[in-house]
Amino acid sequence: MKIGTPKEILDGENRVAMTPDSAKMLQKLGHECMIEAGAGTKAGFLDDAYREAGVEVVDGPDALWQGADIIAKVRPPTEDEVGRLDSSKTLISHFYPGSNEELMKLASSKGATVIAMDMIPRISRAQKMDALSSMANIAGYRAVIEAGNNFGRFFTGQVTAAGKVPPAKVLVVGAGVAGLAAIGTSTSLGAITFAFDVRPEVAEQVESMGAEFVYLDFEEEQEDGSESGGYAKPSSPEFQEAQLAKFRELAPDMDIVITTALIPNREAPELWTEDMVKAMKPGSVIVDLAAERGGNCKMTVKDERIVTENGVVIIGYTDFPSRMATQASTLYSTNIRHLMTDLTPEKDGAVNHDMEDDVIRGATIAHGGEVTFPPPPPKTKAIAAQKPKPKEKEKTPEEKRADEMAAFKQQTKNQVTLLGTGAVLMLLVGLVAPPSFLQHFIVFVLACFVGFQVIWNVAHSLHTPLMAVTNAISSIIILGALMQIGSGSFLVILLAALSVFMAGINIFGGFLVTRRMLAMFQKS
Amino acid sequence: MEFPFTTAAYVVAAVLFILSLGGLSGQESAKRAIWYGVVGMALAVLATLVGPGGGAWWLSVILIAGGGAIGVYVAKRVQMTEMPQLVAAMHSLVGLAAVFVGYNAHIEIGRVAGIFADAGVPFPIPHEGVDTATLAAIAAVEEQFRGFAAIVAHKTQAEINVLRLELFLGVFIGAVTFTGSVIAYGKLAGKVSSAATKLPGGHMLNAGAAAVSLICLFWYFGTGGFFPLFLMTLLALFIGYHLIMGIGGADMPVVVSMLNSYSGWAAAAIGFSLSNDLLIVVGALVGSSGAILSYIMCKAMNRSFVSVILGGFGGSQGEQQAVEGEQVAIDADGVAQALEEADSVIIVPGYGMAVAQAQNNVAELTRRLRGQGKEVRFAIHPVAGRLPGHMNVLLAEAKVPYDIVLEMEEINDDFPDTDVVIVIGSNDIVNPAAQDDPNSPIAGMPVLEVWKAKNVFVSKRGQGTGYSGIENPLFFKDNTRMFYGDAKKSLDDLLQKLG
Repeated sequence: MKIGTPKEILDGENRVAMTPDSAKMLQKLGHECMIEAGAGTKAGFLDDAYREAGVEVVDGPDALWQGADIIAKVRPPTEDEVGRLDSSKTLISHFYPGSNEELMKLASSKGATVIAMDMIPRISRAQKMDALSSMANIAGYRAVIEAGNNFGRFFTGQVTAAGKVPPAKVLVVGAGVAGLAAIGTSTSLGAITFAFDVRPEVAEQVESMGAEFVYLDFEEEQEDGSESGGYAKPSSPEFQEAQLAKFRELAPDMDIVITTALIPNREAPELWTEDMVKAMKPGSVIVDLAAERGGNCKMTVKDERIVTENGVVIIGYTDFPSRMATQASTLYSTNIRHLMTDLTPEKDGAVNHDMEDDVIRGATIAHGGEVTFPPPPPKTKAIAAQKPKPKEKEKTPEEKRADEMAAFKQQTKNQVTLLGTGAVLMLLVGLVAPPSFLQHFIVFVLACFVGFQVIWNVAHSLHTPLMAVTNAISSIIILGALMQIGSGSFLVILLAALSVFMAGINIFGGFLVTRRMLAMFQKS
Repeated sequence: MEFPFTTAAYVVAAVLFILSLGGLSGQESAKRAIWYGVVGMALAVLATLVGPGGGAWWLSVILIAGGGAIGVYVAKRVQMTEMPQLVAAMHSLVGLAAVFVGYNAHIEIGRVAGIFADAGVPFPIPHEGVDTATLAAIAAVEEQFRGFAAIVAHKTQAEINVLRLELFLGVFIGAVTFTGSVIAYGKLAGKVSSAATKLPGGHMLNAGAAAVSLICLFWYFGTGGFFPLFLMTLLALFIGYHLIMGIGGADMPVVVSMLNSYSGWAAAAIGFSLSNDLLIVVGALVGSSGAILSYIMCKAMNRSFVSVILGGFGGSQGEQQAVEGEQVAIDADGVAQALEEADSVIIVPGYGMAVAQAQNNVAELTRRLRGQGKEVRFAIHPVAGRLPGHMNVLLAEAKVPYDIVLEMEEINDDFPDTDVVIVIGSNDIVNPAAQDDPNSPIAGMPVLEVWKAKNVFVSKRGQGTGYSGIENPLFFKDNTRMFYGDAKKSLDDLLQKLG
């Protein structure tokens, strides 16, 4: 099949859906690649680089749309572009089918196959194709960079000859992919970073990135934020109240606020109110990554940078990935390449559009003349199906106490029974056995106890050496043979001699092999 | 004992042995601890030779040297993958030596009694009513005995009875250990089929043999004759053979630890019959060590000791969950690519790695990945391999640093944060059915939760099931890819792609 990538039509879009590197990998799958002249220029990939990678460079969109069987691009297609499709062609791009119904119908009426990169199901197998995540990652990174660009101070605190510089304080609201990327960037620049999310279970991830998780004093409701398969869901009014109160408390301290809170298929929730903006210091920066959906701050103007009356900069750009076109193109083209790998399982250049496959089915919105959106729920759950854990009933302190008491009593009972039986057995032995035996018996029992205590402490990884060394020392049986070897009977001498011989093998073999093993254990 | 020096030396030796085992709690202290064991052994042997030894000095020294030479030769030559066989083989030697020493004790009793009878003095020495003349005669007869015989000559009737009981036990345990270890060796070395096989009659045969042995005990106790002892030995040899034949390959860690334990108990029983405290102490140490190892292994498989000994996995109590999906294969290219992209990698080795001798390739892979700044760790299940700690030794041989080789409890929580897990030749220990399917035969067995990682690659020879014959749902998971082929060859291919 021929995979072609046209130049993006939308103004200001710098990304491209194929890079020379991804083209090479696509060719390994048995596909041919073509690209419209100049398509990669804005992302830093020149036509010559494509030619070197064996990509056919054609002039103008017409040649490309006619020549290619599979068209891979970044932005959703225009009506014009959809018009160029026919039943032999496949389009791979962002599509937002939920809000682009007309276009989707048009595409299906043409009989074309359309795979929407924004519809790739979020299951672990499909992560490598998940363009939303890879783009969100860039957006998070870039948000911090843009903030830094508009922020008049260092991120990191410094003590210089010219005076002390306090570190910047950054608050990231929403710890999704973009939020975590922002946290990582901000901490690595040296800022003191705080992060908030309605799902308290992400606190661990946040802390692992080096930021501090902002907890609300709102125990019960906070538990609720998570039951929607990894995405945040709308929270209760009381919870929002508590959340805003916390933000209000933080606002005067924060130098940079990055909001990334989005709930699927809803307008972005308002999290940073006007009074918080007013409370911030002049020169502070707000980057609103939710600007496309109305913004987490209502003062945000989409695609613009504004300065409020009190000197706070609010950035509402929506094209962060395009601002880092080279990186974004590399990642996006890799996403596409992974998708093509799944589409050509035989690596022979023939596309097998397997509508049984969860990932492919989920992302396909038009196929064989029909609209195939919305997809049926995937067979595999988005996030490893959380087993409905039988919630353990919280026990009251009295019950716990009673349980402990019962367990303690049981233990005592067991031990007493054991000791009692042991003692009775001992007494019985004592009744019949001669004293010399009992003397040895004491030694035996004590040695068993010592053995149990000592062996429990042996490191798990040393169990094989333990076996070898116990093997060697169990040849102590040689003592018995040595005591008998001087006997008057020939048979006894023979047997004892054999025993001494075998034990000799064991002693030397056992100790040496143990030593060999132990010498191998090395620290890195 | 009349040799205070020997007794003192025994005390020191016993302490050294305890220290030697205790030192195994850490890799570094273990290197020192082994010398405690060596010194303890040397001290014990020397003290016995100069003390109550039975003369025949030169013979003893020559035999020890001869045996030692073979021991050294074997220890130098043995491959680390052959460790389980070696351990089993050495157990059999201890078992056989215990049988011999037990027989000797029996013969010596007879001989001493015979000489006493010839001299016309009563044996065993009566408690009371002995006139001075007889005492003098007794003393004169005793004069001629050395070593063990001298101890026997001193014994009273009750002590002789106990001695018989002890040597009987020693011979029994020793004989079971001997044939058991030989069979275990055969199975581990691949010389005997590792499948569980039983003669018709199954465990009833063992039970019958054990019952007859018990009858022999009373018989022997009553008469002190040779025949019951001999019959019992044959039966014990049979029990050892049949018991181990009925246990399959994957249960070998338990079997080997159990035999280890037996060899210790045999030594302790012989120690009783020889009135030698050091033998008792060391036998008890080794016996409890083996018992604990068996317990740990059983716990790691969530099975009771009895059910392991009775062999095979029990039938499941209900319909097992059907496995949905299909196994998706992947080639070296795909694995290499995933490894390039990964930051953290966990490798789960199993018996398959030992069989394919792939540990050096695994180590090489580890070095390369670590060289690229990736975090590589190993997850070791307690029963991985055929010997407790088997995998650790193999990895150590290949120079994998031990601080990245972790136990199941240490690493199980880290799988969700891991990019790539490579499973090499293990199956049941990574089977999610143990947790998900209450009807699975291995339900409840602690397993490594590899499926929680982002990507799992399973290096496996073919599509067959593991030792337990259970389908492994891991292989059908969405994030699992099967990397078919011999582990060593697969890794070779992979290393080339990575290079």
